Amino acid sequence: MKNVVIIGNGIAGVTAARHIRKKSDHKITIISGETDYFFSRTALMYIFMGHMKFEHTQPYENWFWKKNRIDLVKAFVTKVDTVSKTVSLDNNTNLNYDDLIIATGSKPNKFGWPGQDLKGVSGMYSKQDLDAITESSKDCHRAVIVGGGLIGIEMAEMLASKNIPVTFLVRETSFWNGVLPEGESDMVNRHIREHHIDLKLQTGLSEIISDENGRAKAIVTDKGETIACNLVGLTAGVSPNIDFLKDSTIELGRGVMVNRKLETSVPNVYAIGDCAQQHEGIGERRPIEAVWYTGKMMGETVARTICGEPSDYTPGHWFNSAKFLDIEYQTYGWVWAQPKENEGRFYWEHKDGKKCVHFNYDKNTRKFIGLNTFGIRLRHNMFDKWLKEERSVEHVLEHLKDANFDPEFYDQHETEILEKFNQENNTNLVSKKKSWKRILQNAINL
Amino acid sequence: MNTQMKTIKNIGYILTFLGFLFFAGSIFTGSYKVTPEAYTNWINSKGIKSEYFIENTQKAIVDKEMSAWALSHEIIDQAKASNEFQKKQTEIDWNKIIHIKWNKTSKEYIFPLVKAAATGWFVDNTALWFFLTFGLAIIGGLMVFIPDYKLLGPAGIKNNGIFQHSATNRGIVGFVAAFFFVSFYVLLYFFPNYIVNPILAVDGISKSLSGNPASQWFLYGFMYCSVMTVFAVRMFIKYRHNKYQLIRTGVVLFFQIAFAFLLPEILVAFNQPWFDFKNAWPLNYSFFFDWNINGLISSGNLGIFMFVWGILLTVIIVPVMVYFYGKRWYCSWVCGCGGLAETLGDPYRQLSDKSLFSWKVERWLIHTVLAFATIMTLLTLYIYFAEIPSWKELFWGISVYDVQTLYGFLIGSIFSGVIGTGFYPILGNRVWCRFGCPLAAYMGLVQRFKSRFRITTNGGQCISCGNCSTYCEQGIDVRSYAQKGQNIVRSSCVGCGVCSAVCPRGVLKLENGPNTDASRTEVSDVTLGNDIDLLEMLKKND
Ligand SMILES: Cc1cc2nc3c(=O)[nH]c(=O)nc-3n(C[C@H](O)[C@H](O)[C@H](O)COP(=O)(O)OP(=O)(O)OC[C@H]3O[C@@H](n4cnc5c(N)ncnc54)[C@H](O)[C@@H]3O)c2cc1C
Ligand code: SF4
Repeated sequence: MKNVVIIGNGIAGVTAARHIRKKSDHKITIISGETDYFFSRTALMYIFMGHMKFEHTQPYENWFWKKNRIDLVKAFVTKVDTVSKTVSLDNNTNLNYDDLIIATGSKPNKFGWPGQDLKGVSGMYSKQDLDAITESSKDCHRAVIVGGGLIGIEMAEMLASKNIPVTFLVRETSFWNGVLPEGESDMVNRHIREHHIDLKLQTGLSEIISDENGRAKAIVTDKGETIACNLVGLTAGVSPNIDFLKDSTIELGRGVMVNRKLETSVPNVYAIGDCAQQHEGIGERRPIEAVWYTGKMMGETVARTICGEPSDYTPGHWFNSAKFLDIEYQTYGWVWAQPKENEGRFYWEHKDGKKCVHFNYDKNTRKFIGLNTFGIRLRHNMFDKWLKEERSVEHVLEHLKDANFDPEFYDQHETEILEKFNQENNTNLVSKKKSWKRILQNAINL
Repeated sequence: MNTQMKTIKNIGYILTFLGFLFFAGSIFTGSYKVTPEAYTNWINSKGIKSEYFIENTQKAIVDKEMSAWALSHEIIDQAKASNEFQKKQTEIDWNKIIHIKWNKTSKEYIFPLVKAAATGWFVDNTALWFFLTFGLAIIGGLMVFIPDYKLLGPAGIKNNGIFQHSATNRGIVGFVAAFFFVSFYVLLYFFPNYIVNPILAVDGISKSLSGNPASQWFLYGFMYCSVMTVFAVRMFIKYRHNKYQLIRTGVVLFFQIAFAFLLPEILVAFNQPWFDFKNAWPLNYSFFFDWNINGLISSGNLGIFMFVWGILLTVIIVPVMVYFYGKRWYCSWVCGCGGLAETLGDPYRQLSDKSLFSWKVERWLIHTVLAFATIMTLLTLYIYFAEIPSWKELFWGISVYDVQTLYGFLIGSIFSGVIGTGFYPILGNRVWCRFGCPLAAYMGLVQRFKSRFRITTNGGQCISCGNCSTYCEQGIDVRSYAQKGQNIVRSSCVGCGVCSAVCPRGVLKLENGPNTDASRTEVSDVTLGNDIDLLEMLKKND
């Protein structure tokens, strides 16, 4: 029986703990300073908006941990000594470990802006951040959000839901266009404005100005404009939360450096989730993957390794999803903002301007590479299968009805989409009827 | 624009409030005068034998203007005095004893007399009175909800503030609402003699539909339909981007108004039995009671058709439909209880308990009710065919009538009405459907083991946010399945479709597909990081 200590009770650490418990009798301790119990960070905005209470974001009931013999310690780790195999906590106690898993997630980026630590200025990552935002929103006459990514737009939405006027500073020429191609990005721009959020493109932050009480009272943009506001959201990306490891012997890059088995440079120390950095990105993936499901997968993988089945982290085909105000977004495979040389694209947008699909394929081999979908839900299993089988874009388009995942009675657009493709490509593809046989083949056999 | 909308909304609140104020306040006013004819009719129709009671009560109430309260109390006091008098006689004549039971005497004895004795403004001004209650409340309700079309912004899920508002988060407003709901049900079921004025508001409508004056049940039916209509409008606005919700709400409203309300009244107007074609046994627990069977069979061809239809509905139509579409076809598309829960109850859906413990309670309770309903019905059928009168003792001093009465009281009134609906603002909107309805239990068994219905989970897209579980009115922890990539096959799911609607990542889809275990519940491999199995957990806990 080993003594496994996990730092961080986010999705990565908790998944690791649960799977170690499933597979073994090891002693498991999770140390985390943020909250008593695991909660879903992705739902922070819904707590603020009143869709849920904090307790609803906890995926497991409180008795779960004791029942599964997972010890919880609420503290921050200040130091890791890999020689004596101890971690020091901010409550002045030490814990020994046989195996250590670092799963400390991310922290919001702050780029040294003047005034970035004033009252009323906050990132949105932790429960504490949310509490601070909630507090400053109470007398907020205008909020400014800095940084147009997924967390930025969530923060804009939640503040706007309380009828707080929001200015949204986005450095790029169009929202999230480092990731989204033009059509999609533009759709989101329009939708943000439809929600009366004051979207300022190509605009960055230069400084935040304090009032006499040390609270933000205005910001100055890099264009010299001053905007009076008493709440500032800093959402210009996140980076691994590993400052407490600076003095340890563990090799660090931007994150904790790990190999494919998620082992760090020091034996018996592993890193998973947002804070882990691969020496080289896997496939087209980035070396640091700050998304929910990869944290889950890494947690499961490391559990296997620790329980005696050393395993590689093999994340499979890329997918992700998000929601931009009222428009849902899913992606399967890769659709870069700018097509690569060998890539062909096919874009269809619905006339109401709130739905679109964007196909990426290899111009020469016709191989399907990836898809973005906005406002239409699509079946993950089907796309995973098509990507695995290296199907052609034509095959995917013809069988698109198999992948439709919208609720029953929704308008379906497969035929319309196919017609546009046929027109643009001089083809004669015909939409195939939905087939349960094909759908299930996939779900069961893969 | 938004300020105007808010003004309309606020005026709407005021009108609704006034409507309710008049409605509830009228209970405390009005004068009642029993005429000599009404009195004689009443004595005869109730078969009262005690001369002592007949004479003294006549002196006390006939031709006197009284309030409903005074009149009711007078009758009870007289009955008690009469019983005491009779019991002092050397030879007690038990026929002259008037049985007094709190949950029966008021509705069966006193109510008809009070209803007949109503006089004055409420009787003379039914149209105006209708306007001041239902009229104001309906117009006000629509004015409250319709501005949301603009106020809520672009179409989408707007559950903003639900857990921050006292009405929808078990705050003081919620408790006050629950108090009013419960009081209304208690009066409706047990003391209709105190709500004669509200009943008078719909007298005109009842007469024009069936020719009869309104009963408390007509009032209830009319209220039910109006409340559902107003709240259906709210649903149409809230879910205007979601066709599943739009169609489902429209259909369930149609079934309520056409099949549960209008058609039965029209049947009565044509001297046919009052019959709700969609109300299946065992929800319709009195279907096999002797009075119902006899009533139907003695009403000619249509009555016999109704009887056969009722049996077919339970034995064939219900299970076959559940096989193809899941129990949702009934619970959230057709059923009246479901219809109210999905309209008036929608603002409260998030209050259902999601704990593993409550799931356990649910399975015990609902199957117990199913067993109770089945046993009661078997006993009823036994005495029917053995031609034993229902009041005759069968065993342990209990008659089938007693069993029926107990069921009607505990399950039919207290559970389904007082608790089931009265506690919407505290326990959520499907308490009855989840913990009590025997038809739901029956369909749940079919759905769990033999049905094409499931909620499919979309691979690895779940981010465990919890919206689906929070808004599940049946208290299903949807997330616990979704986050491990498992489809949801649960006997209690009524297929309202709201988990799918609120999911921000497009993870859930209600669908009917091949009925194999593999396709319904097998975990797909697309997500790694497989999760604990709730079902396994539950087994281990037992
Ligand atoms: C608002 C928001 C929305 C998001 N939405 C999505 C989404 O829709 N889809 C998606 O894929 N991803 C989303 N993400 C990203 C996703 O939440 C993260 O990728 C994921 O939570 C990372 O999990 P983790 O377990 O690696 O780390 P975390 O969840 O960050 O958990 C790490 C825990 O460790 C604790 N900790 C850190 N340092 C120490 C220390 N020294 N001692 C003790 N404890 C420590 C932290 O306090 C924290 O509780 C979102 C993130 C945010 C903030
Ligand atoms: S299924 Fe959807 S709503 Fe439910 S927890 Fe997952 S992401 Fe959230």
